[in-house]
Amino acid sequence: MIRSTPLFVLLAATALASGACKKKPPVVAPVASNPTAPPSDPTRGPNTPPPPTSDNSAEAARKIAEARAAVLSPVYFEYDADDLRDDARASLDAKVKILTTNPQLRIRIAGHTDERGSDEYNIALGRRRAETAKRYLTDRGIEASRIETTTLGREQPAMQGSNEDAWAKNRRDEFVITAGDAQLRAP
Amino acid sequence: MIICDDVRQSVPFLRYVAYQTVRCLVTRFLSRSAVLVVGLAVCASTTWAQDRQPGVSIGLNRVVGSKIGLLVLPMASSGGDSLATILSRDLDYSDRFQMVATSSVAGPIATGPAAVGPMPAANYPLYAKLGADGVVQGTLLPSGWLRIALHDIARKTVINQKDFPLPSPAFTPSWRMAAHGVSDAIEEWIVGQRGIAQTRIAFVRAGRVWTIDSDGANVIPVTPSGLSPQWVPSGRGLVYSVLDGVRDPLMYLDLATGAQRVLAMAPGTQNFSPAVSPDGRSVLFARALENGTDLYSIPIEGGTPRRITVGRGRISVQPSFSPDGQRIVFTSDRSGRSDVYISDVDGTNAEVLSAATFGDRGNRTGPDWSPDGRLVAFQTLNDNSKQIMTISMRDQTVRAVATEGRNDDPSWAPDSRHVVFTSDRSGVKQLWITDVESGRTRQLRTPSESRLAAWSPRLPTP
Repeated sequence: MIRSTPLFVLLAATALASGACKKKPPVVAPVASNPTAPPSDPTRGPNTPPPPTSDNSAEAARKIAEARAAVLSPVYFEYDADDLRDDARASLDAKVKILTTNPQLRIRIAGHTDERGSDEYNIALGRRRAETAKRYLTDRGIEASRIETTTLGREQPAMQGSNEDAWAKNRRDEFVITAGDAQLRAP
Repeated sequence: MIICDDVRQSVPFLRYVAYQTVRCLVTRFLSRSAVLVVGLAVCASTTWAQDRQPGVSIGLNRVVGSKIGLLVLPMASSGGDSLATILSRDLDYSDRFQMVATSSVAGPIATGPAAVGPMPAANYPLYAKLGADGVVQGTLLPSGWLRIALHDIARKTVINQKDFPLPSPAFTPSWRMAAHGVSDAIEEWIVGQRGIAQTRIAFVRAGRVWTIDSDGANVIPVTPSGLSPQWVPSGRGLVYSVLDGVRDPLMYLDLATGAQRVLAMAPGTQNFSPAVSPDGRSVLFARALENGTDLYSIPIEGGTPRRITVGRGRISVQPSFSPDGQRIVFTSDRSGRSDVYISDVDGTNAEVLSAATFGDRGNRTGPDWSPDGRLVAFQTLNDNSKQIMTISMRDQTVRAVATEGRNDDPSWAPDSRHVVFTSDRSGVKQLWITDVESGRTRQLRTPSESRLAAWSPRLPTP
C-alpha cells in the first residue's frame, strides 16, 4: 500500500501536468533578433515593437516593403492647384507615421505638372506642390531639414498623352528616399 | 485688257493704233482689217517702252498698298543657283514682296563675269510682264565676291549696286549666313528697313537647346541639356536654365567657343526663365524658393542676385524688357490666376498690363516685348484653347495673331513684325512664324516636339 501511493500521486501529477501543458504555450528562449535591427540599436525609440521572430520574418520583410512603398507613393493634384485632396492627405498621413518611426529617414519631394500652361510657370508650380507636401509633413512633427524639395515642372511626365487621364497622372509630387533606407522599419 | 488700259492712260489710243497701222503697212502688205486686228492684238499682248512717259509703271495694274514685285535672276556660276534660291526665299519670307519665281526666267541672264548695268531693253518688259517692279541681278566675281545690282523696272535702270564678300567654300553655315546678309541689305535698299534673314532661332527639343537659321537650315544642338534659351544682344551667347532636380542653375553659353559657365545657383533654389537686358549687362530670371518664385536680377558676369519681385508665396516668371530697358513685363499669379504684369525694371509700380476683354477669363502668360516697343505678344489659355495675342502699348488694343491649334511662347524677330511661336496645329509641336501685319504664317521645319523658341538679334556677318 505504501509503495503504490507515490506512484498514484506521480501518475495523477503527470496527468494534471500533461493536461495543463496542452493548454499553455511552451516557454521558449527568445530567437535571434531581426538581422536588420540589432537589439541594442540606440536609434530605436521607446515605443518600437520588438523585433520579429524567425517564423514571421517574411511577414516582416513584407511590412518593410509596404512602409517603403508608402513613403515612395506619389501624391496627386487638381489642375493648376497645389492644395491637397483627401487622397493626398491620406497618403501623407501614412508617410508621417513612417517618417516618425524612422528618424534616420531623409526624403526629397519633386513637384511635377501636366503639360498645359507655360513651361516656366510649370517649374514654379511644381516647386509649390512640393512645398505644400513638405509643409504638411513638418506641421506634423517631421523636421524640415529631413525634407528636400525640388521641381521638374512638366519635363518628366509619368504618362505621355494629351488627355485628362495622362494629365491627372502627371500632376504629382514624387518622393525619393535620400538616406536611411537600409534601416527602414515598419511603424 | 489691263495693259491696254495702261496704254490708253499714257498714250492716246488712236495715235497708238495709227502707229501700229503704219508700221504694219510698211513691213507687210496686209488688208486693212487684218492690220486693225494685228494692231489690237499687239496692243493686247505687248508693251512698248519708247512710248512710255517717264515714271509710269509699265504693264502693271498695281493697286496702292499691294506688295512690290521682285524677281531674283538666276546666276551663272556654281553655287549661283543656290544663292538665287536663298535670296529669293529670304525676300519671300520678309512678307514685304511678291516674289516672281526665279525659275520663270530660263537660264542665267548675266553674260561674263562683270555684266552689270543696263540690261537689254527687251528684258525689262518681260520682267514687268511677270509682275516684277524690281529685279535682283547677282554675279559671282572671280574674286569670290558677289556683285548685286538692283534694277528698277519702271525706270529701266540700276538703282543700287554693291559687292559683298562671301566666305568660301560655298554652302557652309557661314556662307549661308553671309547670303542672308545680302538679302537683308537688298530689303533695306527697297523698303528702308534691314531684313531679318541674317538671324537664328534658339529652341528646346528633347531636353536640350538647339539653334536653327531663320530659313530652317543648319539645325544644331548647342547644350547637353537646357530650357528657356535667351540671346544676349550681341548674338554671341545664350543664357538658359538647367533643370536637373539637384543643382538647377542658370547658365551662360558662349556660342563661338562652346564654353559654359554657371550664372546663378544656390542650394534649395531653381534658377530659370531668364531675360537679358537690352544693353546686355544684366539678366533677369526667376528663382524658386520654399515660399514662392520671384524675379531676381544679376550682372551678366555673375554676382549676387538682387530681388526684384516680392511675391509672398506667389509666382512671378517670364520677364521681358522694354527696348529702353526701363520697364519689364512678366507673368504673375499674385491675383489668384496667371496674368501679364508691367512694372519698372526694379519691380516697383507693378500693375496688370490689360484687363480681361471679350469675356476672356483665361490665364495670360509668356509676354514678349517687341524690339520697337510698340507691342507685347503673349498667350492666353482658355479652357483648352491657347492663342497668341498682341497688345498695343500705345492704346491697349488687343489682337489675336495665332489661333489655329494650340499656340504658345511667342518671341519677336528684330523687325518687330514677325513672331516665332510653338504650335501643335500640325499634330505635333513645331515652331511656326507669323507676320503680324499680313497674317502670313509658315512652319520653321524644326524637328518635331520643338518649343521655347527665342529669335536672335540681327547677327554679325561671319
